[in-house]
Amino acid sequence: MWQRVQSLPAFVLVVMLALSGLAPLHAVEPDERLADPAQEVRARALSSGLRCLVCQNQSIDDSNAPLARDLRILLRERIAAGDDDATITRDLVARYGDFILLQPPFNPRTLVLWTAPFVLLAAGGWILFNRSRRRPAVDKTAPLTEQERENLRRLLAQDQADPHSDHPNHRA
Amino acid sequence: MTVEWGHFALILALVLSLCQVGLPFWGLVGRDAALMQTARGTAVGSFVFTFLAFTALSYAYVQSDFSVINVAMNSHSTKPLAYKISGVWSNHEGSMLLWVLILTLFAALVAMARQAIPLSLLAAVLMVQGAVASAFLSFILMTSNPFLRTLDVPAEGRGLNPILQDPGLAIHPPLLYIGYVGFSIAFSFAIGALIHGRIDAVWARFVRPWTLLAWSFLTLGIAMGSYWAYYELGWGGFWFWDPVENASLMPWLAGTALLHSTVVMEKRDALKVWTILLSILTFSMSLIGTFLVRSGVLTSVHTFASDPSRGKFILGILVFFIGGGLSLFAWRANALRQGGLFAPISREAGLVLNNLVLATMAATVLIGTLYPLVLEAISGDKISVGAPFFETTMLPLFLPLAVLQPLGTALSWKRADVWAAMNRLSWAFGLSLLVMGIVLYATRGGSVLAPIGAGIGLWLVLGSLGDLWLRVWRAKAGWVGNLSRLTGLPRSAWGTALAHAGLGISLIGIAATGWGTEVISTVGKGAEVPAGPYRLVLEQVITRNGPDYRETIGRFQVYSEHNKLGVIEPGKRIFIGQTMPKTEAGLMTLGLGQIYASLGDFQPDGTVSLRLYWKPLVVLIWGGALVMAFGGFLSLLDRRSRIAAPRKAGLAQGDAA
Repeated sequence: MWQRVQSLPAFVLVVMLALSGLAPLHAVEPDERLADPAQEVRARALSSGLRCLVCQNQSIDDSNAPLARDLRILLRERIAAGDDDATITRDLVARYGDFILLQPPFNPRTLVLWTAPFVLLAAGGWILFNRSRRRPAVDKTAPLTEQERENLRRLLAQDQADPHSDHPNHRA
Repeated sequence: MTVEWGHFALILALVLSLCQVGLPFWGLVGRDAALMQTARGTAVGSFVFTFLAFTALSYAYVQSDFSVINVAMNSHSTKPLAYKISGVWSNHEGSMLLWVLILTLFAALVAMARQAIPLSLLAAVLMVQGAVASAFLSFILMTSNPFLRTLDVPAEGRGLNPILQDPGLAIHPPLLYIGYVGFSIAFSFAIGALIHGRIDAVWARFVRPWTLLAWSFLTLGIAMGSYWAYYELGWGGFWFWDPVENASLMPWLAGTALLHSTVVMEKRDALKVWTILLSILTFSMSLIGTFLVRSGVLTSVHTFASDPSRGKFILGILVFFIGGGLSLFAWRANALRQGGLFAPISREAGLVLNNLVLATMAATVLIGTLYPLVLEAISGDKISVGAPFFETTMLPLFLPLAVLQPLGTALSWKRADVWAAMNRLSWAFGLSLLVMGIVLYATRGGSVLAPIGAGIGLWLVLGSLGDLWLRVWRAKAGWVGNLSRLTGLPRSAWGTALAHAGLGISLIGIAATGWGTEVISTVGKGAEVPAGPYRLVLEQVITRNGPDYRETIGRFQVYSEHNKLGVIEPGKRIFIGQTMPKTEAGLMTLGLGQIYASLGDFQPDGTVSLRLYWKPLVVLIWGGALVMAFGGFLSLLDRRSRIAAPRKAGLAQGDAA
C-alpha cells in the first residue's frame, strides 16, 4: 500500500521508511561513536560515501535502517583495529559490489557517465567555436536603399506625430 | 453523486481536449479561421471541466467520503481541513489530476490572454496543449482514476502519511507543478512555430512571460521542497541529489537556459533555432521528471517491470511528445532563418556560454539520474550514482559560470569590450576577493571550499546590484538624483539583478554549511549541550496530545552567553491511524543561522539521544531562492512582458476613433 502514498520527494522517503521497517532511529547513534576524534572523523567521512543498501539513495551516515547501523559499527571496528580506508572500502565492495559506493568508480561500465559532462561541454564548445569562425562576426547586411530610407523617415515622422503610440522605444 | 459528476466532468474534459486538437488542426489544414478560433473555447472548456472534476474530488475529501477508494486510502476523518484538502494531491491519482488541472489552466490562460498572437500560431499552440492534456487525461481515466468507488465502505480512512501532513508539503506540489507544467507553453509555442515555419523576436516576446512564470514557480517549489526535506527528514541536509529532486532540477536548469536564450532572441533576433530546441528539451525534462516519479521506475527496475501499466503509459506519452517534438524539429528547423549576428565577445556570446554550461549541467543531472537504471536494464550491473558524483561534476561547471555571470551582464550587445566590463566591476571583484581572503585566513584549518563559495556568492550579489547602480550613476545627478534614477529603471532590470543576487545569496548559504557544528550525544534532564555560539539545556521530557497525534518532546532552553533566548521542542509524533513515530526537528532561527535539534529514542532511564546542529547563515539558502523567484515575478510585471496587450487595445481604440 506504500505505493499509493506517493508525492514528489516524499515518495522516496516513504519507500525508505517502509524498507527500514522500524521506528526511525537516529542516523549515527551516540553509542556507536569512536573515542578517538580523528578516527571518528575518518569513520564519518567514509560512511557518508557508502550507500545504505536497503534505502533509496541514502548514505549509511544518514540512514536509520538497521543494516546501515550494522555497517557503521562494522567500519568503526575496522578503523579501531587499524585498517586504512582503502582496505575497508575494498572489502565492502568485494562483499556488496559497486552498488555500495555512492560515488561510482571509474571503469569501462561508468566511462560514459563520468566523461559525459566533459564531452558534452567540449563538443558544444567546439561547435560554437567553429560556427563563430565560419560566420562573419560583423553585420554585413546590405545598406538600406534610397527607397527604404525614405520609408523609414516617413514612418519615424509619423510616429513622432502620434504621442500616444505605445512603442517601447518611445519612453524617455 | 458529486463523485460521479466529477468522473463525468473529467470524461467531458477529455472529449473537449480531443476537440481542442482536432478542430484547430482541421482549421489549420483548411485555413479556416472559424475552426481555428474553436481552439480558444475548447481550451477554456477543458479547463472548466477539469476544474469541476478536481472540485468534486476535493469535496469527497472534505466530506471524508470513504466509499471513494482514493479518499479512504489517503485521508482520515480527524484530519484538519487543510490536510484533507492537501490530501487530494498527496497521492498518485490526485496529484496527476492536479497536474492536468494546471496544464489546462495554462492553456485556458493562453487562450484568454490579451497577447496579440497571430491566430494560426495560437491555434497550433492550443492544439499541442490539447494533445498533451488529452494524453494525460486518458492516462488518469485509464490507469489512475481517483473516482473509483468501493461497495465495501470502510468506517475510517487509512490516514494521510504523516510526513505529508505538513504545511510545506501541502503547497509544494502545486508550486512545483505550476513550474513543470508551465514549460509546456514554451513547448507548444515551439511546436507551433515549427508548424508555422516562422519565428522571430515577437515569438520570443509571447513565450518569455510564460517561461518566466513557470521558472519563478519552479524556483519556489524546489526551495519549498528543499526546506521541507531539511526540517522534516530530521538530519539537517537541504539537498540530497535524490532522483526525485533531480527530476525537478533538470527542468529548472533547462528552463533557466531557456529564459536566457529567449532574451537574446527577443533583443537581437538571434539563437532562434537553439531556443526552439531548448523549449522542446525543457518540457521534455518535465515529462521525464513526471515519468521518473510517477512510474515507480525509481524504486527499482523490477517493480516497474512487475506492474508496468502506468509506467508504460507515461513512457508512451514521453516517447510520443519528446520524439515527435524532436523529429518535427529535425524536419523543420532548416526552414527557420537565423538572424542577429554578434561578435565572439558580446552579451549574446556571454549568454551562449551560459546556455552551453546550463545545458551541460542539465544533461549531467539527467545522465547521472538515468545511468543506474539504464545500466541495470542493459547489463544487470547495479551501481549507485549519489551525491559525491553530482558534487564532483556539477561544481566545476557551476562555479566558473557563477564567477563569469556578473561580467556577462556588464557586456554590451553585439560587440563588447571585456576589459571595460572588468574595469567597471573591479571594485566589486576586489571587495569580494578581499572578504574571501579575510574569511579564508580567519577560518584557516577549516573548510577551504566554504570561503571560496561564499566569496563567489558575494561577488554575484555585489556584481548584480553594483551593475544596476553603475547603469544609472551620473556624477552630476547627486545622491537623490541617482536614487530616483535607480528606482526608475525598468522592472526587468531589477528582476535580472535580483535573480542573480538571489543566486549569490543561496550560494553563500550553501557555502556556510561548511562552518556548521554538530553534536551527537545522549542527554538527560539538566544536561547542557553547546551549539555554535549558543548553549542548550534539556529542561524536561513531556508527552502530550495534538489534534490527531500523540507526541513526546524534549523541552530545551536555549541560551546565548548571557541571555535566555527561548525554547525548542524537538520530539517524536505518532499520528492516529499510524504506528510509526515521526521525528519532529526543533528549530530556532537566530539571525541568519539556525539551531537544529533532532531526537532519537527515549530511553527508560529518561535520557535521549540528541543530534544538535548550529547552522550559520543557513536561512540564506532558501532566502536566496525567494529573492530569485521575486526577481522573476518582478520581471513579469515589466511593461515589456505585457507589451502585446496594450498595443492591441490601442489599435482597437484607434479603429473606433
